[in-house]
Amino acid sequence: MIGERGGVLTRPIEIDGVDADVPIRPATRLTSGDRVFRTLATAATSFSLVIVGITFVFLVNESRPALESAGVWSFFTTSVWNPTVGKFGVLGLLEGTLIISAIAMVVGVPLALAMALFINEYAPSWLRSPLTSIIDLLAALPSLLFGMWGFFALQHQLVPVAKFLTGHFSVFPFLQLTRPTATLAQSSFVAGVVVGIMITPIITSVSRDVMAQVPREQCEGALALGGTRWGMIREVILPFGRNGIVGASLLGFGRALGETIAVALIISPVFQANTHILERGAGSIAALIAVRFGEAGQLERSGLIAAGLALFLLTLVVSLVARRIVARSAAVR
Amino acid sequence: MTSIADDTLEAAKPRGLLHAEGEPATLDAIAVSAWFGSSKVLERCTLTMAARRVTALIGPSGCGKSTFLRVLNRMHEVIPGAAISGRVELDGDDIYGQAMSATQVRTKIGMVFQKPNPFPSMTIGDNVLAGLKLSRTQIPHRHELIEECLTRAGLWNEVKDRLHEGGMSLSGGQQQRLCIARALAVRPQVLLMDEPCSALDPISTRVVEETIAALAHDITIVIVTHNMQQAARVSDQCAFFLVEELRQPGRIVETGETKKMFEEPDDPRTLDYVTGRFG
Amino acid sequence: MTVSKRRASREDRVVDLPALERVGSAPVLAPTEELHLTTRSAHQDLFEGPPSGDRPRRRRKLTPEDHAATILSMLAGGAVALTLRVLLDQNGILGTLLWWYLSALVVFYILVRDRSDTEGALDRIVTVLIWSAGALVAAVLAWMLAFLFVKGIPALTGGFFTHDMSTVGPLTPGGGGEHALIGTLEQVGLATIVVVPVAILTAVYLHEIGGRLARPVRFIVDAMSGLPSIIAGLLVYTVWVDGRSFSGVAGAAALAVLMLPTVTRASEEILRTIPDTLREGALALGAPQWRLIVKVVIPTAMAGLVTATILGIARAVGETAPMLLTAFGSDSVNTNPFSGPQSDLPLFVWKLIRLPNASQLERAWSGALVLVLLVLVLFVAARYVATRSQRKLRTTR
Repeated sequence: MIGERGGVLTRPIEIDGVDADVPIRPATRLTSGDRVFRTLATAATSFSLVIVGITFVFLVNESRPALESAGVWSFFTTSVWNPTVGKFGVLGLLEGTLIISAIAMVVGVPLALAMALFINEYAPSWLRSPLTSIIDLLAALPSLLFGMWGFFALQHQLVPVAKFLTGHFSVFPFLQLTRPTATLAQSSFVAGVVVGIMITPIITSVSRDVMAQVPREQCEGALALGGTRWGMIREVILPFGRNGIVGASLLGFGRALGETIAVALIISPVFQANTHILERGAGSIAALIAVRFGEAGQLERSGLIAAGLALFLLTLVVSLVARRIVARSAAVR
Repeated sequence: MTSIADDTLEAAKPRGLLHAEGEPATLDAIAVSAWFGSSKVLERCTLTMAARRVTALIGPSGCGKSTFLRVLNRMHEVIPGAAISGRVELDGDDIYGQAMSATQVRTKIGMVFQKPNPFPSMTIGDNVLAGLKLSRTQIPHRHELIEECLTRAGLWNEVKDRLHEGGMSLSGGQQQRLCIARALAVRPQVLLMDEPCSALDPISTRVVEETIAALAHDITIVIVTHNMQQAARVSDQCAFFLVEELRQPGRIVETGETKKMFEEPDDPRTLDYVTGRFG
Repeated sequence: MTVSKRRASREDRVVDLPALERVGSAPVLAPTEELHLTTRSAHQDLFEGPPSGDRPRRRRKLTPEDHAATILSMLAGGAVALTLRVLLDQNGILGTLLWWYLSALVVFYILVRDRSDTEGALDRIVTVLIWSAGALVAAVLAWMLAFLFVKGIPALTGGFFTHDMSTVGPLTPGGGGEHALIGTLEQVGLATIVVVPVAILTAVYLHEIGGRLARPVRFIVDAMSGLPSIIAGLLVYTVWVDGRSFSGVAGAAALAVLMLPTVTRASEEILRTIPDTLREGALALGAPQWRLIVKVVIPTAMAGLVTATILGIARAVGETAPMLLTAFGSDSVNTNPFSGPQSDLPLFVWKLIRLPNASQLERAWSGALVLVLLVLVLFVAARYVATRSQRKLRTTR
């Protein structure tokens, strides 16, 4: 962008150079420096392009043994994991990943939206900067810590909640238990709540940025019509920020899909989809890779890489769509 | 242009639906001072804005006219650090008292801003009803109400076929009249206008002025303006604000009938200002 | 806002002077307040005696009734929650708190609705909900950090920094995370050395040069910034580790893959905040573009770039998943990141936290505490650099 402008600005100097030779010398001498610099920057930029290209080829290549052994179709449509006979199917794992991410969204999106509105509209101005720091810090803490806290601290408190939910809301099939004595720890529910807290910072900061762009006169217009603060948020801020909020939530969803360590610490992994979310046993591609990869044999590693490839493509699509939506909502203003 | 004039003529006619509630009321400001943080911007301003009359607030920029206007419907307190003293009474009721909430005050005392601010996420029709949606009021005759308010604001003939388009598709002058219609839909007793024409071209300005003239019969109007000719054209009475020294709060120097203020004011500073010697 | 106001009033004053002089020389000067009296006599009493009430009144958001409603609903909610606790034989604190909160909310709504309309009551309820969300997030953070400190401090001794785990059995005392600390420093250091120049040059390319590659690279950066960390591990494993051996440098490569898009993106944002007038000023002086970038743009953006880098490091320090597939971890000190498996703090914690022995868990919590302290220090450093540079900008302005 500035390069074009630079060109425009240097041209008159060259024209002037016809009668005044002094200014033209530094310009010609230093363009070679420019050229070196540009080459350097281009090389650095290409670096990431090349890396991504190579790794994609390698990933596909390495996952081939498992895909061939299991068959591409059954790899995506069955729920088995038996490396000794070369049978792999990620359907259950994929469903499990989606279940945990969905629970995370149910927890994370309302919390993040409320937090974004709190920082923008409700908090006194002296509290704003500390709150932004809290959100940033929450995003910077390692997922390992979230997992440990989730397993050793939060889980004890969530089990009674789960017991209550299954006791009183078992009209919803996903809150039922397969047998009355089922363990309520290490479930999709616990993992989902923890991941939901983990994705709160990213949804908060992106949607907060978008909602902060609502022109002040729009908000004042709503208040001057006799609207309450909630009325102003409902009729002006939320419609204005709708795209940004959707995009931010999708970004959070992408994060939730790929969350590994926190989930791996909490759940007890299974390969079949477990739709009873309060019950012990949950599936997650990322967590499975983390737990099994170290002791896996050659063929199973290939299977895990293939599963990772599927997860990669899924998160890629989600996060690209999300970025596009956020960028468009920011461009509209 | 002719169609617009027809509109405003039509708007001048009293309409049955209109007077169901929201009789114009007298607004009294009594010794109103205002602060932003620790700096005082208004010094004990007292002014009566009589029912069915147009009061113009005039004076050089930065003299607190807009702040005064915002104090009148409790929009001043939206700004962090803002404070006031004194009283504002709507037909004798203290609008800063316990009996009224800020939202109730703002439905009784509507406001039109300097820059047109229709809601971009709503259609033209929805913009008119926005105030009612904000207060969750039941709207029995939606279409009638939209037509009535747009007619009073002098906009109906221009937009009656495109009520479902976005509010931002209109021109600046149309947007401003849409904002007037939006304010009218809440049935306020008083309408405050903060330099409503300063962002508009001369033709739109004329149309808005005609709208004001037509509305003056059944609503109390207070208008802030920089434009002396506009004040002379639209208002019945004037209040002249002035900051006498740097970093001093603004005061009301003189109030009176517009004709008198412009022809033979009591205060020489008023004379200097209205004759264009400064400001 | 304030600037324009001040300027406006200054103009007023300039044009004001002749008028003021005339006022001063006028034989009869009517005080402003007397003018008001002519406008309205009914409030005459207001202007006699002391200027009553010309003291600023700020808007009070909460009335005494609000406080009463809050306290009443808290009490009622508490009663409901305790009753339910007994009736339903609950034993979780969280469940009771949840019940308390929900029933208090309902009571509060009913109380407020009595005093105002539905919309007003809704507004209050939403206010309460949103404040609770803020409190909840802060509480989660506090709970997590408090839990970590309580669990982690007992086993955190001086020996933690001078011993590794090679000679420590599951039940023997002693041992520490020296090997992990060394590994973390080496891996993160290597990753940073690679990432910082590449990321900043890429950002310069994207924003300052804007060549043909800009579009695809921005796409890739977008795509990679959402990359799950475990996938970064898989990438490095397939390209590098497979067939060779696990090593610290492989871990560094995975970290670099994760850091690159975030640091690039943040750097580009910072370059965007530098005003074009600065660039044009330098170009107008005849400076070539590379000098402009090296001498003007990057120094101006330095604080922001440092902040972005530190935050990138802070996030990389805690990455666990990719290290499982690259550095793999070991129990003894391995100072050479280029050969053989190497541990780091996240791996140290990950291996121990999944063991059943209390002593191993204690070590894991200490490791996590050291790790989080490291993140906190980096985080505070980033904040410090950012605020200091902001203050500097403000004073120069």
